[in-house]
Amino acid sequence: MQPFTVHEGIVAPLDRANVDTDAIIPKQFLKSIHRSGFGPYLFDEWRYLDRGEPGVDCRNRPKNPAFVLNQPRYQGATILLARENFGCGSSREHAPWALVDYGFRAIIAPSFADIFATNCLKNGLLLVMLPSQTVDRLFSECAATTGYRLRIDLPAQTVTTPSGEVISFAIDPFSKECLLNGWDEIGLTLRHAEEIRAFEASYRARFPFFFAQGMMQ
Amino acid sequence: MAAQTLYDKLWQAHLVRQEPDGTALIYIDRHLVHEVTSPQAFEGLRIAGRKPWRIDSVVATADHNVPTDPTEAEIGDPISREQVAALDANIRTFGALAYYPYRDPHQGIVHVIGPELGAVLPGMTVVCGDSHTSTHGAFACLAHGIGTSEVEHVLATQCLLAKKSKNMRIWVDGTLSPGVFAKDLILAIIGKIGTAGGTGYAIEFAGPAITNLSMEGRMTICNMAIEAGARVGMVAADEATIEYFIDKPFTPKGALWEQAVAYWRTLHSEPDACFDREVALDARALVPMVTWGTNPEQVTTIDGRVPDPASFTDPSKRAAAERALAYMGLQPGTPIEEITIDQVFIGSCTNSRIEDLRVAARVVQALGRGKAANVKRVLVVPGSGQVKAQAEAEGLDRIFTAAGFEWRAPGCSMCLGMNPDQLMPGERCASTSNRNFEGRQGPGGRTHLVSPAMAAAAAVVGHFTDVRPLFS
Repeated sequence: MQPFTVHEGIVAPLDRANVDTDAIIPKQFLKSIHRSGFGPYLFDEWRYLDRGEPGVDCRNRPKNPAFVLNQPRYQGATILLARENFGCGSSREHAPWALVDYGFRAIIAPSFADIFATNCLKNGLLLVMLPSQTVDRLFSECAATTGYRLRIDLPAQTVTTPSGEVISFAIDPFSKECLLNGWDEIGLTLRHAEEIRAFEASYRARFPFFFAQGMMQ
Repeated sequence: MAAQTLYDKLWQAHLVRQEPDGTALIYIDRHLVHEVTSPQAFEGLRIAGRKPWRIDSVVATADHNVPTDPTEAEIGDPISREQVAALDANIRTFGALAYYPYRDPHQGIVHVIGPELGAVLPGMTVVCGDSHTSTHGAFACLAHGIGTSEVEHVLATQCLLAKKSKNMRIWVDGTLSPGVFAKDLILAIIGKIGTAGGTGYAIEFAGPAITNLSMEGRMTICNMAIEAGARVGMVAADEATIEYFIDKPFTPKGALWEQAVAYWRTLHSEPDACFDREVALDARALVPMVTWGTNPEQVTTIDGRVPDPASFTDPSKRAAAERALAYMGLQPGTPIEEITIDQVFIGSCTNSRIEDLRVAARVVQALGRGKAANVKRVLVVPGSGQVKAQAEAEGLDRIFTAAGFEWRAPGCSMCLGMNPDQLMPGERCASTSNRNFEGRQGPGGRTHLVSPAMAAAAAVVGHFTDVRPLFS
């Protein structure tokens, strides 16, 4: 995955709470057996006026002019500003795949759903959790200024506004390291393969009844 | 050591290693796999040249995409067919403890077949690329939904990278009144704590009203823990839990069974265990519930009314209510009982087990007539081939079909509408599923979440109605 260090970009504000992963990427697009190509269908039901189907060329579809990502001032946005409990619902990793494929590098919100947050981490999509009042203020500033940009510095764990205000955010050290280095977590875990094997042997001795399930068919 | 909660015990038993910052590797016993969230994981293994760590931990089936029209022998939609074929091919290549392909007699919703086959056992860690994996917590499992990268991680390492959640206990006193079910209870809980109330927590459901529930009822409760934001929902093991697993195809036999049972009897929170958050409810105060909005916390009682958005003091909740009412086509103040419906869906990993179908059939019989004229379609979708066979042996299918309901083949169906079972724009559905999100059951579709009894009654009378008189 693409490492995340410092990123500056245009901010798109999505002003609603509890945005669920069904809204981020509707079910019909989950039939794909690939990891890429979901960007054109991001927020499909809000973004287009017709019904989207997998494989359809989205360039000629009627767009909903009221939807934030269709407004000229937010073209090229790479930072999404959102509200509470962003990414709730289904565990579909297609949601971060679609956000990344569209071009988003980071999302700022007061809170994120657990599974979604884990999925974003695996895809280099940085989630910045800030207090509600701070997010409110960023929404106001974003609305007031066309071309509003933020600079996110992951090593320093800061968000810098156009006025030069520096806002700190928290992130756990392991997630930070993974994002900074773009690490493959499977490779990291397999460095502990011997430890896993040793655990498994003692676990099997302690709980043999979990391993007694012979093939049924 | 401090007295442990059930979650603490399960975490401890599976902890392989832990970093100073709390990041841990947790050993996984059972990996449930379905067609939608696995193809990219298997592809990842292939690209990296990795092999599955312990393939006999995998139990797989096709459920999300499959048609439920019993006459559809082959999957008609070519994209769905390709995805199910990819699962077939991946299992052929990599193997599995068991695989139930499309139209196998045991095929069904992954969260229904796991327990019914005894492939999921108390005390196991269970993962699946599906958020409703929390269902298996009903059996004192540490079970949660994961994304596709994690599916690949578990396949390759038999471990999940995780951080320990906080402990929450939801204590429910009393017993549910006749006509009030597990579904009503969990909707009431979500209404109380909100869709993010459980974020960061593992929730243990406890108290007399929980232990009095059947295993099916406990599954309904744990299934929707994720709708309260909690990845993990669980109930302590008791004699009902142990009894459930007697003679299932995959349950251990003989001395191993005895050993397992002895262990299962320890799967409960210690009496003096500490929880980071406690919530209490009284089951006696509960009545049948109906959602009116587009997330599961937007719920009220059957004797209630559609709320006025102005009644919400929190501006975010007010805006959400305004948007929800516009999407749902509802006016503030409308009595819930006056809301008429176009379709009914009885099924999903929340409510498609035999007990759910029995209750729905009982309601149809008690009302003594078929579906209302304004109701275009009623789908009854059993959760598995085994549930379907059992229901047919009991004659439930004939009660449904005589009432004009459609008796379908097993699958996820209209819970998420990845197959042809969908609402048309503007159609209103009484649904026993778990999510009333915009477009969930079809673009523009309007979903009201209810219990199987409430859904069956709505199908017959054409609008929501209180089922309690039918059970008194």
